[in-house]
Amino acid sequence: MSEPVLQVREFTVEFWVDGVWYPAAIKMNFDVHAGKTLAIVGESGSGKSTTAMGIMNLLASNARTSGSVKVNGKEMLGASKAALRKARGKEVAYIFQEPMTALNPVYTIGFQIVETLRTHFDMGPNQAKERAIELISMVEIPDPEGSFNKYPHQLSGGQRQRAMIAQSLACDPGLLVADEPTTALDVTIQAEILDLMRGLRTKLNSAILLITHDMGVVADMADEILVMKDGHTVEHGSADQIFNRPQHPYSKQLLAAVPKLGSSAKRTLPAEARKQMPVMKMENVTIAYPKRGRVPEFVAVRDFNLEIFPGEIVGLVGESGSGKTTVGRAAIGLLPIKSGKLEIMGNDISKATWKELFPIRRHTGIVFQDPASSLNPRLPIGESIGEPILLAGLAKGDELNHKVEDLLEQVELPRSYRNRFPHELSGGQRQRVGIARALALTPDLLIADEPTSALDVSVQARFLELLLELQDKLKFACLFISHDLAVVDILSHRIAVMQNGLLVEEGDRDDILKRAKHEYTRKLIAAVPVPDPEEQRKRREARLASK
Amino acid sequence: MARKDKAVEIVNDANENAIANKETEGLSQGQIVFRRFIRHRAAMFSVVFLFILITVVFTSLDWRIGNKDKPLFTIPGWWKYGFEDMPELRYADCPGGTVGCPTIDGIPFLDGDGVSLGDHPFGQDDIGRDYLALVMRGAQRSILVMFIIGIIAATLGTVIGAVSGYFRGLVDAALMRLVDFIITVPVIIIGSVIGFHYGNKGAAFLALLLGLFSWTGLSRLVRGEFLTLREREFVDAARVAGAGNRRIIFKHILPNAVGVIIVSVTLLMSGAILTETALSYLGFGVVAPDVSLGLLISTYQDAFTTRPWLFWYPGIFIIAIALCINFIGDGLRDAFDPRQRRRLSRKDKANARNMASRTEVA
Repeated sequence: MSEPVLQVREFTVEFWVDGVWYPAAIKMNFDVHAGKTLAIVGESGSGKSTTAMGIMNLLASNARTSGSVKVNGKEMLGASKAALRKARGKEVAYIFQEPMTALNPVYTIGFQIVETLRTHFDMGPNQAKERAIELISMVEIPDPEGSFNKYPHQLSGGQRQRAMIAQSLACDPGLLVADEPTTALDVTIQAEILDLMRGLRTKLNSAILLITHDMGVVADMADEILVMKDGHTVEHGSADQIFNRPQHPYSKQLLAAVPKLGSSAKRTLPAEARKQMPVMKMENVTIAYPKRGRVPEFVAVRDFNLEIFPGEIVGLVGESGSGKTTVGRAAIGLLPIKSGKLEIMGNDISKATWKELFPIRRHTGIVFQDPASSLNPRLPIGESIGEPILLAGLAKGDELNHKVEDLLEQVELPRSYRNRFPHELSGGQRQRVGIARALALTPDLLIADEPTSALDVSVQARFLELLLELQDKLKFACLFISHDLAVVDILSHRIAVMQNGLLVEEGDRDDILKRAKHEYTRKLIAAVPVPDPEEQRKRREARLASK
Repeated sequence: MARKDKAVEIVNDANENAIANKETEGLSQGQIVFRRFIRHRAAMFSVVFLFILITVVFTSLDWRIGNKDKPLFTIPGWWKYGFEDMPELRYADCPGGTVGCPTIDGIPFLDGDGVSLGDHPFGQDDIGRDYLALVMRGAQRSILVMFIIGIIAATLGTVIGAVSGYFRGLVDAALMRLVDFIITVPVIIIGSVIGFHYGNKGAAFLALLLGLFSWTGLSRLVRGEFLTLREREFVDAARVAGAGNRRIIFKHILPNAVGVIIVSVTLLMSGAILTETALSYLGFGVVAPDVSLGLLISTYQDAFTTRPWLFWYPGIFIIAIALCINFIGDGLRDAFDPRQRRRLSRKDKANARNMASRTEVA
């Protein structure tokens, strides 16, 4: 076999914190060959990003590295700053998770690509521009000449990521390090970006080091897989090996935690539930963000119809910007509706004022997307959980403390956590606190706005289990908003699909997943990555054939 | 290279967050801030120094409770003269034929008679008043002015900024135009007008009126903070829980904006002491027979070449107080900013590397 593009031996990264070295990656050994993809998989905190950054010495000043990293045979650890600068971009290029922050917002994408080109090659401005346009067309951004002069904010998320890739490819790097390249993107765009990366790999014969937590993406891309946990390499093998014959219990656990589309048992709702008065009823609801200054009014949701019956979980699916969160917020009166009729528990709140909404608040709860932002960082979590009870005037003092402790127990957190602050909890624990708060008043309607999108797969699996258990016990109705069809599939009795503010399709789970009528729904289902390389290959071919 | 710098920054952030989690295990927000503040050497030194300075200044002169001329009782200060006493002017031993020079002797080896304060350590003014007593009185006035302006401006600025940032719309527009209006008129001119009309009502009254005009910057900052914080999801969460506007503002948002408030209030306070100085220097601040540090400097500005001590001592006090407050503000800013991390110095790194290599060899 030929010389590997990247050879990593006994590579260790440690961080200096409060007088102690904390290891973040321990004795890593791997090779990446030209035209191949190595995926490093692991949950947050496992050290996968640290490894990727450590290779090019992009770590913070309190880090130290040991071992050996060779790029095209040249040792990179301990290399001079000038040598590193030369290698960065030219031999090793990075693609980052968040294209909006990794591209400089005050320069056009063309300028940024030209800059990279001219730093590394002796090139005139016109020649560089030509090459830049060539690169932009290579990553399939529409209208390359026009896009050259566009600023990052003028491009969509997917296009930005493409621009980022174009810049990374500017110097034909031998090694492309992609750190969660599609995590910030919708599934359909994710599929396109992955197709693009695969195409480039064959065209340019680059080696790719892919960092991701998404097993679906791994199945789609990787030739070889390295599973990491707490800085250690847990398992290392070919994609086929890891997916079909995982050896280590952690790899098995990781694979088992990935929700698979259409594999969970069907959840049925007793027929009489549908005959009761719906908990929430939306009739021709239109929600608009009013115009502010010169920004015109923006209609986020148009003519929306949805009913949720007692004890029913309705999954609301759509891509970012489709208006699904807007629907969720309006459903509990956080956003006013422009026209149409919104009823909660039989009360018409279409035109309710803040004061009139207070009684409704007792019957509704919401779990927000980002557990870090939805808990007040300066309040102990016990106070956050107890707030709805206190404000509803149901309990005070010791009685309130009791209730809070019971709620904590319900979401399987220790009672002593009452006095902790949000930053002392992990993401999964915070989200449980979010549920405890939403359930504090035993609501009839729970809105769950992408509650698992910030969580690792194994944490997500446990969270969904908990939510189902609680729902079985308390029988609340739930509007579960998610971009992930596989998650919605596990939970929902019914699924509603949204696109561009319109309800595209609505029906029983099987109706949507197996007999989708609308083309958009079918596209959405086809784009969901499946953690199975074989299956993924078939779907990819089908997708390309249909183009 | 813009992209790469950005890249390095992103990585640094990621690492810092990971480490922040480790570092803040089992500590409340207040404790973390306190620990970070304690670690800030300049700020801690300033806190101690300012505390000592205030104690010394406020215990130096007699406090007369009740009527000025016939006090009910007097709390004696540690200094023998009052700022209105007029002991005899000293003519002897002064350089260049000047009068009332300082008698403080802090350098024992120059003339061989050891360290001593003498009768008038800071010297005397034209009519023989003890300059140490004057400086002490001036420092009292200046510190009083500083705290009054600080408290009034902090209250007004926080409340107005919070209200306009939280409610936005019409309330915001009206309040911010008021702010614009006040900002466009220089404080020094407002102070001059106030001082001209009300200077004789005492330093506290002047400070009160100045405080009514110096909250604008703070209110802008607090408004900005509220505009971002009100969009955070925990505010929506509180609203869903049934919280009213007042509860959301004071219980949920304000504690999160406290960093900005404390920092800009300390800056405002050190600014206030300089405003008072400037006004008194122009003759509009504190008026005789009362004294303030600024007034002392302006009164004796002609004496700078012949009797520089009349300039030095009030100047040193102004600088010391303003610097202390600024350092404390700096320390608080660092302590409240979660992104502020202690960097490893090169020495720390080298030490750590040595230690590590030694253990490896062992």
